[in-house]
Amino acid sequence: MGVGIALLVILGLAVVVLLWAVGIYNSLVRLKNEVDNGWAQIDVQLKRRYDLIPNLVETVKGYASHERETLEKVIQARNMAMSAAGPAEQAAAENMLTNTLKSLFALSEAYPDLKANTNFLALQEELVATENKISFSRQFYNDRVMMFNTAIEVFPANMVANFFPGKFTKREFFETTEAAEREAVQVKF
Amino acid sequence: MWEQIRANQRRSVVLITGLAMILVVMGLVIGYAFGGPEGGVIGVLVATLIWVVQLFAAFAGGEKLLISSLNARELARDDSPRLFNIVEEMVIASGLGYMPRILLIDEQAPNAFAIGTKPETSAIAVTSGLMVRLNRDELQGVIAHEVGHLMNRDVRFMTIAAVMLGTIIILSEIMWQTVRFGGRINTRSSSRDSGAAQFQVVMLLLAVTVGILGPFLARILYFAASREREYLADACSAQYTRYPEGLASALEKISRGAKSLTVSRAIAPMFIVNPRAAATDDEPSDNMFSSHPATVKRVRVLRAMGGGAGLAAYEEAYRKTLNKGLFGSRSLAEAPAVEVRQGSDEGPIESRQEAKATVQRKAGYLAVHCDCGMEMRVPPVFENEEVVCIRCGSKIPLPPLAERYKQHLAEYGVDPNGSPADDPANMEPLQYARQGGGWETVACSCGNHIQLGPAFRAPRLRCPKCKRKIQVNQPAGR
Repeated sequence: MGVGIALLVILGLAVVVLLWAVGIYNSLVRLKNEVDNGWAQIDVQLKRRYDLIPNLVETVKGYASHERETLEKVIQARNMAMSAAGPAEQAAAENMLTNTLKSLFALSEAYPDLKANTNFLALQEELVATENKISFSRQFYNDRVMMFNTAIEVFPANMVANFFPGKFTKREFFETTEAAEREAVQVKF
Repeated sequence: MWEQIRANQRRSVVLITGLAMILVVMGLVIGYAFGGPEGGVIGVLVATLIWVVQLFAAFAGGEKLLISSLNARELARDDSPRLFNIVEEMVIASGLGYMPRILLIDEQAPNAFAIGTKPETSAIAVTSGLMVRLNRDELQGVIAHEVGHLMNRDVRFMTIAAVMLGTIIILSEIMWQTVRFGGRINTRSSSRDSGAAQFQVVMLLLAVTVGILGPFLARILYFAASREREYLADACSAQYTRYPEGLASALEKISRGAKSLTVSRAIAPMFIVNPRAAATDDEPSDNMFSSHPATVKRVRVLRAMGGGAGLAAYEEAYRKTLNKGLFGSRSLAEAPAVEVRQGSDEGPIESRQEAKATVQRKAGYLAVHCDCGMEMRVPPVFENEEVVCIRCGSKIPLPPLAERYKQHLAEYGVDPNGSPADDPANMEPLQYARQGGGWETVACSCGNHIQLGPAFRAPRLRCPKCKRKIQVNQPAGR
């Protein structure tokens, strides 16, 4: 009789521990997915920036066609950034894109007609918003990485994390200084 | 943010339990006082039933009712790209995971609110007065505050709480009515036994006490929770935008331009500042029955964050300013420390232009694009056939007025003057040539006859019955 009760208690404890572990595991998975999602979000916004640039160049061309040199530089920088392989090359390409975009917007100051064009204004708004979205998605990503890294390190959740080797590994932060290719352009009009 | 949602949930359970206890005790005591022990059980059942029915009603169609009562229009991306972008930015920053609908209320009082108990129905509404007054950083702060409400699931929570509060008030109302008109029910049974009569009197007194205290306590609980949720949403806003100053200066502008909106008490906690408060020049303050903390307090906390923008910095600023804790230090152990970013250098002018464009487009204005890149918006009642570009001076032909009317009608279902096009009020004016200077009768197309006296000199009038315009051509020489 006594043995039976003891067995039941042990079994009950085992179930409780298992349920607890499942809860921890699920919350870790949720955090991990959020980290991945944050990363994907950054890429989406970078791609959006690539898509916006040709339209911008087209619009500017209508008003400032003799500024061909600047326009071509922007397109070139964009194509290079898109086809860049490896983080180092990408960083250089994105930096160049940032700079050429800056010069393009500086150029628009000299053309009041361009600055009053609704199409240009809409593109300007889209680019400002995309820069913001890039920095907000980076911010979200970094917050989640911080939470995820803390979550898999603290006791007792680290026991659960270590139980699945390779599944929960520490993530890297997205530092703007380290990864200059993700740096948002400071758009000034 | 997990830790913060968790802290919220703990508090929510406490509040809901408190309200539920008040509800049950009220049902029990009131039922007992009027119907003995069985009455107590019935009282509890009735109280629960009222609550459930009301809750169901609130969840079933609350949003639609609210949207129509406030005359809110849903915006599409093209209507207001800036506002859409700002909402998207905040959805990304918060990790909300879905895009709420965006509504515009054409209202001068600057305000904003979030509604929706489910992701599919949730929406963020702003008034045009808000869009006109705020620059990008400020608008971002306000939108982030509303996204914070959605993140914290405040809408669902405050709806449940408001319905409970409403039920408690209904119960006390029922009790008062019964005491006033139903006193006779008890006297019959109590005449037999003086002990039971005494008990009845005691129960009645107890019921009256509960009837007074119940709604009072419930209100205190409810409004305390409501104010706390405002602070929480402010903290979220600072964290998402990394720029507490944006919200702080937005709050100042909003409270300066405050005018009361007609909204129900139940949804008032969802607004960024209390929509029911009228504008006063003296410093607004809060008390136990305020749905919102005093704006000055909120601004003071936001400005005391001292270079930090995270929840921990907000908690510290809150403690410093108001001498009490908000989240509790335990829940903040994992909160990342974050720093304030630079503000954007965009002025309020873009915001104002877009707000105006959005409101006008929604009011059926026709957008006219000039070749020089200028956009002008022509009001639906504009009668000329061309419009002169205000920048380059070239003339742009417009579609014929009748066609514009038709298009407007097809798009908005109302004619530009606000009534259906087949309404005689919008028909071409009826021509009437005046014969002489005496009494004359005009026969309107609706069959009505209008008398014109000798003193009538006006060039036109409206038929008092069908409101059709009548052009009166006076004879030459008069």
